[in-house]
Parts: sequence; C-alpha cells; structure tokens
Amino acid sequence: MPPYDQPALDTSPEVSDEIRKTTCYMCACRCGINVHMKNGKVKYIEGNRDHPVNRGVLCAKGSAGIMQHYAPSRLKAPMKRVGERGSGEFEEISWDEALDIAVSWLKPLREQSPEKMAFFTGRDQSQSMTGWWAQAYGTPNHAAHGGFCSVNMAAAGIYTMGGSFWEFGAPDWERTRLFMLFGVAEDHDSNPIKIGLSKLKETGAKIIGVNPIRSGYNAIADEWVGITPGTDGLFVLALIHELLKAGKVDLDYLIRYTNAPFLVIEDANSPENGLFLRDENDKPLVLDRATGKPVAFDTPGIKPDLAGSYRHGGATHRPVFQLLAEKYLSDEHTPEAVAEQCGVPAEQIRRIAAELAHVAFEEEIVIERPWTDWKGEKHERMIGRPVSFHAMRGISAHSNGFQTCRALHILQILLGSVEVPGGFRFKPPYPKPATAHPKPHAGYAPGQPLDGPHLGYPQGPEDLLLDENGNAKRIDKAFTWETPLSAHGLMHMVISNAHAGTPYKIDTLFMYMANMSWNSSMNTSKVIEMLKDKDENGEYVIPRIIYSDAYSSEMVAFADLILPDTTYLERHDCISMFDRPICEAEAMADSIRWPVVEPDRDVRPFQSVLIDIGYRLGLPGMVNEDGSPTFKDYADYIQMHERRPGVGPLAGFRGPDGKGEGRGEPNPNQIEAYKANGSFWIGHIPEEAQFFKPWNAAYQDWAVARGLYDKPQPYVFQLYVEPMQKFRLAAEGHGDHQPPEHLREQVRSTMDPLPIWWPPVEETIVDTKEFPYHALTQRPMAMYHSWGTQNAWLRQIHGANPLFVSGEICDEHGFTDGDWARVSSAHGSITVPVSRMDALNGKTMWTWNAIGKRSGAWALKEDASEATRGFLLNHIIHELLPPKGDGMRWTNSDPITGQAAWFDLRVKIENVGKKPDGISLPHTPPETSPVGVGPDTLEYGKDFS
Amino acid sequence: MTALPQTTEKKLGLVIDLDICVGCHACVVNCKEWNTSNYGAPLSDIDPYGAEPMGTFLNRVHSYEVKSEGCNAQTVHFPKSCLHCDDAPCVTVCPTGASYKRAEDGIVLVNEDNCIGCGLCAWACPYGARELDQMEGVMKKCTLCVDRIYNENIPEIDRLPACVRTCPAGARHFGDFADPDSNVSRLSAERGGMELMPEQGTKPVNRYLPPRPKSDVTAENKIDLLAPYLAPMDEADSAKGFLGWLDKALEKI
Repeated sequence: MPPYDQPALDTSPEVSDEIRKTTCYMCACRCGINVHMKNGKVKYIEGNRDHPVNRGVLCAKGSAGIMQHYAPSRLKAPMKRVGERGSGEFEEISWDEALDIAVSWLKPLREQSPEKMAFFTGRDQSQSMTGWWAQAYGTPNHAAHGGFCSVNMAAAGIYTMGGSFWEFGAPDWERTRLFMLFGVAEDHDSNPIKIGLSKLKETGAKIIGVNPIRSGYNAIADEWVGITPGTDGLFVLALIHELLKAGKVDLDYLIRYTNAPFLVIEDANSPENGLFLRDENDKPLVLDRATGKPVAFDTPGIKPDLAGSYRHGGATHRPVFQLLAEKYLSDEHTPEAVAEQCGVPAEQIRRIAAELAHVAFEEEIVIERPWTDWKGEKHERMIGRPVSFHAMRGISAHSNGFQTCRALHILQILLGSVEVPGGFRFKPPYPKPATAHPKPHAGYAPGQPLDGPHLGYPQGPEDLLLDENGNAKRIDKAFTWETPLSAHGLMHMVISNAHAGTPYKIDTLFMYMANMSWNSSMNTSKVIEMLKDKDENGEYVIPRIIYSDAYSSEMVAFADLILPDTTYLERHDCISMFDRPICEAEAMADSIRWPVVEPDRDVRPFQSVLIDIGYRLGLPGMVNEDGSPTFKDYADYIQMHERRPGVGPLAGFRGPDGKGEGRGEPNPNQIEAYKANGSFWIGHIPEEAQFFKPWNAAYQDWAVARGLYDKPQPYVFQLYVEPMQKFRLAAEGHGDHQPPEHLREQVRSTMDPLPIWWPPVEETIVDTKEFPYHALTQRPMAMYHSWGTQNAWLRQIHGANPLFVSGEICDEHGFTDGDWARVSSAHGSITVPVSRMDALNGKTMWTWNAIGKRSGAWALKEDASEATRGFLLNHIIHELLPPKGDGMRWTNSDPITGQAAWFDLRVKIENVGKKPDGISLPHTPPETSPVGVGPDTLEYGKDFS
Repeated sequence: MTALPQTTEKKLGLVIDLDICVGCHACVVNCKEWNTSNYGAPLSDIDPYGAEPMGTFLNRVHSYEVKSEGCNAQTVHFPKSCLHCDDAPCVTVCPTGASYKRAEDGIVLVNEDNCIGCGLCAWACPYGARELDQMEGVMKKCTLCVDRIYNENIPEIDRLPACVRTCPAGARHFGDFADPDSNVSRLSAERGGMELMPEQGTKPVNRYLPPRPKSDVTAENKIDLLAPYLAPMDEADSAKGFLGWLDKALEKI
C-alpha cells in the first residue's frame, strides 16, 4: 500500500504573458472580458471585474470564446460562388477581385435605381454606422434584425414611456422588493439578469416568473405563473383591473408625470375625436383643480384634475385617466373572465395584484435626496415604489405583442414604479420619447443619398412610407398601413417580397451576419427555394446576393459573393451611444473592441470593408474633396467621425486632452485611451439626477452637457398614445391619408390608443380543435442564436434539441421515452424526438432555438447531431398566415409593428413511435462545406503546458 | 490502496446554492477553459465536430424535474464536481498513490505522473465526479483550482476557483469548512447546507443549499393572505362610485 505521500506542487504557475481587455461578442450582452494571451494565442478568457455590464462574471458562451475564435468554421478568404446556389461550391478569390465585383454591382445600381439594392444586417452591433452607410448609398431598403426579434417591446416602450427593457433600462436591483419577469426564461439579457436575480435572493425580494416554461430564471423564481402563450396582455389587464378597482394606483405620479390628466376630445363626429384638446400653441390641455379651467399641461403650479370633465364645443371631454379606468374596470377584465384563457387561476391573478399593490404602496421607499423637476418645483425627497418588471421576446413575439407590451408598461406606470427608487430605471441615452426619435425616411433618387434616416417613429398617417399610388416604398413594406409602426423594419419579409417582386424587384441583396436561409427565417424550406429559384431565362429571381459573415453559416451557401468577416477578437467595434450602449441607470457608458489577436486568414472586418466600398463608390462622407478616402478603416471612423459637431460614435475621452465626456473634438488617441481603461468608458450621473430622469432638471442638463441631446427634452409618459388614434381616425375616413379598404378594419380595430388584447391571429384562422396546442422556442443560456452552435464546447451542452412536450400532452398521446412525434401546423409538419417535461404549461411544447443545423454547414461533420436529430421549428411557421377566405394573404406579424409572430404557432401532435434512423424531418440535403470539416479530436491548451 | 492524511489543516470546498443556480453552465465552461491549459494534461474533446462529441469536464450541471403532490412541477439545476471528501474512497482505492488528499487543505488531487488510467477511482466515487481523459489516459477531476487559489501571479481578489469567479448568479462560494466563522461555514449553517448522499460515508466537504419553498398557487394551494388589501374602494362612501373615490383621493394629494 503506497504510504501517504504528497508530491510537491507549484501553486503559483504563470498564467499568461499579457492580459488584453476587450468586449465579448458571444451574445448581445457586451460584457467586458480579460483575454489572457500566451505565446501569441488566447489562453483564457474571464470577465472584467471593473466592467459595468458583468462586473467580473462571465457566462458559458463568453467562456467558450476560445472555441469560437479558433473554430474550424471560420471563413478563410473572399469567395465567389461557382456551383449552384445552395451547393456550397465556391472559389476563393482575392480581396481586390471581391471588392471589384461588389463595386461593379453596386455602382451602376446606385446611379440608376438605388432602391434595388437592399442592405439588411442581422445581429449587428454597429447599426449607427451601417445605417449611415445605407443612407449615403441612397437605398430606402435597410434595417437590422429587430423586426423578427423584439420590435414590439422596443416600440411599445418608446411610444409609451421613452424606452423599454434591457438595453433601454433595468430594475433597481438594489432596492426592488418584488420583481416580475415576463417571457424570459433563459436569455436577454444574460449576465446582468443573473447578477440581478442573485441580488434579489440576497435581499429577500420576491421573484415572480410569468412564462409557460419553468426553466432557467423561472426555475428559481419564488412563484411561477405558467401562463398560456399569447395571453400575457389579458393577464396584465386583469392585474390593472384589480388595482384600479381597489384604488391602488399612484395618482400623484399620474398627474405629474403622465398624460393621465390630458383632456380627450369626445365627439364621435369630429375629425379630431379621440385627440387631445389643445390650446392655441398646440399644447394639450388639462383641467386645473384649483380653478376648474383648462390650462396647458405644463403650466407651473397647477394641480391637474383626473376626476372632472370639461364641456366645450357641444361635447364633454374627459381626462385620459377616466377613459382608461372605464376601459379596464369593465367586466371583461376581471380575473374570473380571463383565468381560463390565461391558464392562470383567478385567485392567483388577484393575489399577485394584491402583492404588487402592497409592495408598491406599503413598502414605499424614501431617499432623502432633494431634486428639482422640469417645472422648477423643488422636491425634498425621492419616493420609490419597489416593484419592478422585465420582459422580452416571450410576450413580444406575438401578433398582439405591441399592445401587450404597452399594457405591461401601463401597469408599471399606474404603480408609479418607473424612474423611481426600487422601480424600473432608464439607461442613457434613454429616456427618449418617440417624438425625440427621427421619423422614417425613404426618399431616394439615382446617385443621391437618402433624404434621412431609414427607421423611426411615425406620429401619424402622414409619416408612412408610401408612394403616390399607395404602394410601399420599402421592399419589406415597413411603415405602410399593413404595419404602420414598424420601427425596426421587417427583415423577415425581405426574401419573400424580393422573390415575389412586391412591391418591386430588387437586384442585389446585401446582408451581414443574418442566417436568413435558416434559423432567422420563418418557413425555412420555402425560403431556401426562393433563394435558389430561377426565372424563365435561367437567371436567379433574386439576381445577386452579397453576404458577409465570419463563419460558414447556412446563409453562405446561398450567396454569390462572400466577404469574410473577422472573429470578435480580431476587430475594432464600438458599442456606441448612437445605438443602444452599455449604460447603467446611474451612468453613461460605452465600449470598444480591438484586435487582441491579428487574423491569420485573408479576412477583413466587415465595417472596414464597408467603408472601403463606400470610398470606391464615392459615397458622401466617405471621400475627401481631393479624392482620398475620409477614413482609413473602421477604427479611424470610430475616432474621427462626427454625427453632430463634437459628438461622435464614442462618448469618452473626447477632445484634444482626452477629457471630454460626450462632447469634444475627435481625439486621434481615443481608442488607445479606451484600451488603457479596459475598453470602456463610464461617466456617472450625479446623485440628484439618478431618478425621475424624464422630469429631473438636473438630469436633463447633465444629458445636454454630454451630447445625449442638444436641449432639455422633458416629457410625460403616454398612457394614451395619440398618434395611434390618428391612424384610427384615418381608418374611420378622416383626413387625406386613407388606408386601402381591405386594411381599414384592421387599422381601426388594432390601433387603439389604450392597450387592448386580441387573440393571437393564427388561432382565429386555424381550427383550434384540430390544432389545440402551442409550440414555442427559447434560447438556452449556454447558446445564442446561431453564433455558437458549432462551438466545440457548447455543442456538448446543447448539441441536440428534443421537443419538450408537457406531461399533459404526453399522457394524452401515450409518449414514452425515445418516442418521436409528428408535429403539424396549418402550414407543414416536422418529425422530431420527444422529451417529457412537466414544469410546463399543459397545452404547450417547446424546443431550443437554432440548434438544428444543415448538414455541411459550420464545418460540422455530416452526421453531427445538430444535422440529424436536431431540427428547426421554423419549418412549420409561415411568414404568411393561412388563407382567411378573403382572397388575401396576411403576414404572420403584429399588425401594428410587423414583428414576426413566432410564438403564435398552433400545432397538433401525433406519436410516431421510434424512429430507428434518428433523423428528424424535413432533412435538408447536405451542402459542400466551403471550409472543410473540423478535426476529429481537440486538446486545446496542450501547447501551453 | 493509498492512505489518506490523518487530518487536514483546512477543509477547502464549495457551497453551491440550488436556490439561485439558474443552470446556465457558466461554471462548466469556465472550468473547462481554465483547466484545459493549466494543472496537468489538457481536457480533450473526442469528435468535437461530429455525431457524438465527448469531452472531459471537471464540472457538469444536471437538470431535474421535481414533482410532488399538490405542487406544480419544478426544475432544479444541480452542478456537480468533486466534493473533496474527508473519507475519499477514490484515494484509498488508488493502486499507485496517484490519487491523494492534501494534508494542508484537504483538496483531493491526481498526480498524473503516477496515474495509470486504471479507472478504479472513478468506479469508487459514488458521485461520478471523475472522468478519465480519453486522449491522455489519465484521470481528471476538480482541483478546486489549486493553481489559482494560492497563485501569486493572480490578483488576490481572483484567487478563487474559476467556477466561483465566473458564476453570474453568485450561486457558488469557496472557503474553509474547518473554520466555523468562514463564509462557507456560516452560509451552510444559516441555510441548512446539505451533504450529498451522506449514507455513502464519504464525508463530503462541499455543501448544497436547498431551494427555498415556492409560493405557487395551485388547486391545493390557494394562499390568499393579501386579499383584504385589494378590497374594492369603498363605493358606499360616495354615491359617485369610481369618480367619487377619485375625487376624494385627489383632494388628499
């Protein structure tokens, strides 16, 4: 027997030669990372403790960055297609040739019809730059992926209160006592939510999870509401009903900070019916309780009334709050009326309402911190209501998502819990109301830049992007009567519209980082056909496709020209204040990426390539008067570009001395200053300005000084969204801008200026007896979109995606271990492996998003589990709804914003028993991998020992 | 057979909080990332891009459904790595002395120079916490990041096991169970820290904090303590109903 004998051990080995601090890009969270370098290679990645987003921690994706950076699926050089589209057959070419081809396509197009170039980017974190480029090119056809992601959440938040969740704001994790999480089981945002939940567990605050699926965050929630998909709006309106009925709303907050007291014209025959009563300066009027007279809402010293009414012009006008109370106090919103549909017991709805009220009003927080409001009134202290909320795609990716998100914001506002201690708070550059955002633009002309920014927030029918014949100006038909408030565009409609030639044909489709032939499109099999389809002359119906990606994703095989991007460790980026940066509720912050590793392949960062192409095309802002390029590359643009004088992509270290915050001349050493500071910059908001930001004079002045805006822009929250009523009036026949007849009723019934709920549209068309169940997807915490699925380490965690089926459905259909199911929607069928799950709404099944892969993509072997058992639910979700019998095909989108209604899907399920070949259906034929196949074994780290 | 030290000066180990573990696998991957290029042989991956990728991990997260009468089913995420047992059967079973428990801190390690890859220790471990690396042929296991926790090349604040340093939910805590005042001892005492499978007699050092009870409403569980709080406003007080209440309430502002 060997005696007890302990070897000597070196417990202080060298870790690395150098630490390089940059920003993660393994998901959209943008955490700070310390990249440990050894012998010129990446040895270890850990979270940066100083970073405001992740404060040192790092998720599974971030820690798997090494496998992403060295992935065999990385593209190696520019390529042109030599086989048929979809085959994966390419020839590597030089950058000179690649750029010549791109310019030879794009230049004549710009000179003749710039609208025939459609430029769409996916999970782009440089949207302010790609949008600027597209505007200079002059095409109206540009957007990023928001339309198929979460535009309902973003747009509802901006129209209602000037910002939404996640990048727009966050709960006051330190002080909140009750936190409700809607429609997020696992993902956005990643580390901050986990850090926040941990804080709540520490302080003993209660967490309520509202989600059909009890995994991830919902698994640790103190209470789970296993709601039926698509009914969140109904649930929230019932909570509002209960609060109103008990008088548990913050009236002081409502009269000060919202349009609750605004008088609404109530005259059914008036073309202004439902609009605000305004004075001669066009300011909305409120009743002053002191005088009983209507005065401009922002008159200092008044006490706005909510209870009175005003007789004027032969009609009685009431404040918004009365219309709101009347609507939600009605019997259709009682807990009993909605319980069955929501799948939530009435007593649970009632109790949650009681808890919200109790915490908001009985556990009020007071911070002894004086502040001054926008009217000059001084407040001795800050009063907080410690209830907070967070929500994401689960509630927004429905055809009723916009109004549902609005309802949730209204619940927050009625409780007086927005921008107060313990509640939900905005992060700069938010709060920013819809009126402070641009309106959408689509004015194009040959050889000219576009007449303004592509995307924005319409204030009425006059802002729609329609030509003189009422046709859509954009290829995705954004900002039309079909989807008037499509603030992020409709990327998911681009390929099918381009293929159909409606509203017009396009010549070149230029895309970046968007897997539109696969997991980012509905109806994947058909989209693949569209991309491959040829006309009678044997030419592709979508003639040219340029695509940029760092990896051999499924989309690569369908492009004609590939511009290979770098990995996130090989590039410059800026997480700019112009987009949605990394700010905190108490600080303004932005960050960069820089090449901590030089590329070892013939690849270039996409944004630098875009600037190069812009120069070659002679685009305004990219060429100097002497004909030389304005910017050397993206890094040069990041430092030297000015959007307004003194305001550029990065807010920190501006000016000649590098001390400018938000404003200051371009600083040629700015990136170096960021690098020295851990690749981010942070500027703290003074204490008196940290709450009540939309109305806090100190915050407004602070924001102006830092270039967030150029003059103070206080505003009130819009319980009642007047622009929506303008659309409704048009639908009723008022005004010059009229919807086509077939959309009149849709606009009239959906554009309610106070949130309403309607059933997910698909279930009003399909027979719900035939398709009784709901099918969803969610993203696992350890995998994100399509970026990570080929990752050698992460695919050992999520390399296959069973269909998780509720115990109730399993029992009904006799599913046992190892059984497969045929799942059918009105549109199509898939055959997939089943796994039982009881912690799940009884009428629901779900699977992980984007795990299924096409054989031959991502440098995976042909028999990789993702390509055999793995599957996409996308095959049975159509971008168009089933025919309703009216001769039309309606899009499977929210009728207000056009957000893809992924989660409206209704299905039936059949037990098909065992499937010995283990291959899910449909099975897409393999493609030739343009980058070969990954190695048989890995021993990462062997070199370092 | 290999001997265990009579006593250890410290008992270093982990407290894992099952009430807050969201099952994100951050600890799993950061552990792999650190350990594949530090102590001992790398953690290899067989067929990393193929049909059945199989790599060596020192820490894995398992997810379970818990069903009990009258409650909704729950999901529990359960991270598992070596528990650094006081009576570690993996050590005593080792024929070469490769498996050992450190006298100074109780960490159970494998001296890979002496490991013959026989796998007896993995059989002996009732927790399945050891994995034989298929390419290197040596036994791999959690080292509690022995090459981090004392490492003078690492800032003091970061001298923690990689899994603890990275956990976004703060569900993992590292410390000395021999010290009753340590963070881990106190946490474990306060929250009823549990030994895993105590009946095995291995005296594991790590502790698990159980999930707190849930307050779901189900058919059998209709808690309605706050209902009186949500009583309708007193409409009898005013002939005007809601507007009357509103008027009165506004007067008070």
